[in-house]
Amino acid sequence: MNCIIIDDEILARTIIGGFCSNVQEINVVGEFPNAIEAIKFLNHHEVDLIFLDIHMPDFTGFDFIQTLKDPPKIILTTSDKNFAIEAFEYECIVDYIVKPITEERFFKAIQKAKVVELPQINGTAKRSTMVNEDTENHLYVNIDRRLIKINIPDIYLIEAKGDYICVKTDAKNHIVHSTMKKIQEKLPQELFLKIHRSYIINLRRIIDIEDNSVLIAKDVIPVSRSNKPELMKRLNLL
Amino acid sequence: MKDTPNIEYIENLARGNEDFKRKLIGVIQKELPVERNVYIKNFNAGDFEEASQNVHKLKHKISILGLNKGYSLAEELERSLKNNTPLNNSHTEFINLLQIMEDFVAAL
Repeated sequence: MNCIIIDDEILARTIIGGFCSNVQEINVVGEFPNAIEAIKFLNHHEVDLIFLDIHMPDFTGFDFIQTLKDPPKIILTTSDKNFAIEAFEYECIVDYIVKPITEERFFKAIQKAKVVELPQINGTAKRSTMVNEDTENHLYVNIDRRLIKINIPDIYLIEAKGDYICVKTDAKNHIVHSTMKKIQEKLPQELFLKIHRSYIINLRRIIDIEDNSVLIAKDVIPVSRSNKPELMKRLNLL
Repeated sequence: MKDTPNIEYIENLARGNEDFKRKLIGVIQKELPVERNVYIKNFNAGDFEEASQNVHKLKHKISILGLNKGYSLAEELERSLKNNTPLNNSHTEFINLLQIMEDFVAAL
């Protein structure tokens, strides 16, 4: 089993890593001091098991689980006994170990992880339906080491700002270190359209269109000549 | 019975592996002063929510060093900080506890 360890405490990672080195079937492929770094890793790597601390700054273990569309088996590690009930609301959590972890307890958790099968749906492991629905309607953006959840339909405009993009919603504008290309890939195509190299708009939020500009919320946005035909095609013109 | 730090847990983990034992002790020697300073900074700044998180994290090291009474003290302090009603006595006792731990691991 390939596994990763997520814990903000070096000592905890060292102890778990030490236990893992005594188990032949366990291969530690990464250790992370926070959930954000782990998410970046998981975007490009698949793992079978995660040792996850609940209490971490900015982004808790439970917040982390909710960002996973297809979570593997998870063993929670914590100094707090009070989260046990919440923990078992997630099908991917196979065990819950209270620190300081003893060797005996660790091996018991590993045995559980080996035996437990995540529920199957259509031949693939079920990874919490609730999480899937959640991630389809939301986008998480990394701002100052925090993953901020944005409701996709609330986004009315995205504006390029050098190395950053400004994601505008009615409630707040979020400045994110990302590119127009990356965010466009994450947004539903039927709802969003790039109308200029610096602007992506939510088509449902258009108020009016005049010549080569669009009024969206309070912003007047230019439409580039090359993108105008696609915009006109997407409108429900009378 | 007096609550004194010990390395029984570390010895059990290491199972005779001296390198691993030294590694664990080294990590505590490195992390503990940093975590203590962050806690003190947050407490003095009145950021009790953050300070409670710091205490929570320190609980692991307290338990690793076998300090059962110290663990109870940390739990009490963590609760009071979370409720935004920190107990000055507990804070002072906690600082003393961290100092005892730091002195102990420094001598290992």
